[in-house]
Amino acid sequence: MGGSRRDFLKTAGASLALLGGLSAESLAAPLSEGELFRPGEPLKEGNVRWAMVVDLKKCAGKDLSKLFEACHKIHNVPDMEREKDKIKWIWSEPFGHAFPNQEHEYVARPYQEKTVPVMCNHCERPPCVRVCPTQATFKREDGIVMMDMHRCIGCRYCIVACPYGSRSFNWRNPRPYIKEINPEFPTRTKGVVEKCNFCAERIARGKEPACVEACTDGALVFDDINDPNSKVRQLLETRYSIRRKPVLGTMPHVFYLV
Amino acid sequence: MYDGGKIITGLVIFLILITFPIWYNLANSPEQNTIELEKPAFGEHCMKDKEWMRANHMDLLNTWRDEVVREGKRTYHNELDGQKYNKSLSNTCLHCHRSKEKFCDECHNFMGVTPYCWDCHIENPRGI
Repeated sequence: MGGSRRDFLKTAGASLALLGGLSAESLAAPLSEGELFRPGEPLKEGNVRWAMVVDLKKCAGKDLSKLFEACHKIHNVPDMEREKDKIKWIWSEPFGHAFPNQEHEYVARPYQEKTVPVMCNHCERPPCVRVCPTQATFKREDGIVMMDMHRCIGCRYCIVACPYGSRSFNWRNPRPYIKEINPEFPTRTKGVVEKCNFCAERIARGKEPACVEACTDGALVFDDINDPNSKVRQLLETRYSIRRKPVLGTMPHVFYLV
Repeated sequence: MYDGGKIITGLVIFLILITFPIWYNLANSPEQNTIELEKPAFGEHCMKDKEWMRANHMDLLNTWRDEVVREGKRTYHNELDGQKYNKSLSNTCLHCHRSKEKFCDECHNFMGVTPYCWDCHIENPRGI
């Protein structure tokens, strides 16, 4: 075998330097166009993209339980006894819980009560979908983040991943805790995760979500955000709006007018 | 061959014993191995013809499940009558096959299969 120890070391050193250079380059590669989010620029014009706008002024100091009941009744959401077992699709929180880091000691009195309706935000970049090992939760083309209960294995990664606490786990069989079963919608079984589905089954029939329908004063508005003339876009263009935990980059599609 | 007679006799007895299930079924009339399912309350045909449904209804239901949940396609075009149907186990299948106990369970119990559809789907949508 020809070549000295010196030659061998030179070749080895050169190869290592080359490899190191390559990997450094791939690390420094910029994010692709689609990954970047530019404020004020709507994504994907043309397709339907469902979104909701909540007018906090109209919600403040009101009893919202009617909206929550409408949703929970239609979707066979059980009323569990123990706090740990509670299943929630839509509920209300004080301003500071819904918008952490945005509250201060002078927040108006009504907003200190449980007055902000919260639900699944149907994020544009949903962390729950990224972590689901079976793709039981997935994002539809119209933006709805759906659950396929048939595929859910109950690992609860999505519950950990969701920064809004929108997901609940069925620790026990929910059937006995449903007061009145709606025969048009399935129940869930022990061991699956569930959450708001933006009333995908009602949208399919051309209806608005149950909470929007139950809300008579227009505090909740639901429409296609990709349509520049939609109710949602009109409101967002004329009023100041915020989203929950915007810093996380999940891009929620439930907007709050303040 | 030593003891040839004994060996052959033993083999014949052994063969008769291991083929016993075949003899037993042949001896019994096939009527004993059939079950009677409840006829649908109305409707002249199913989503496909009877023989196909009998063998493949689970595939149809799985296809419906995936199409409804994952693709949002909720309408089934029935080639037998040209009508459109909502792809729903509780609200379309059970609309005609009115009793889960007398239709689904009857055959599933006979075949020894336990599908878990009814853990979530409502088995008596009309509250019977």
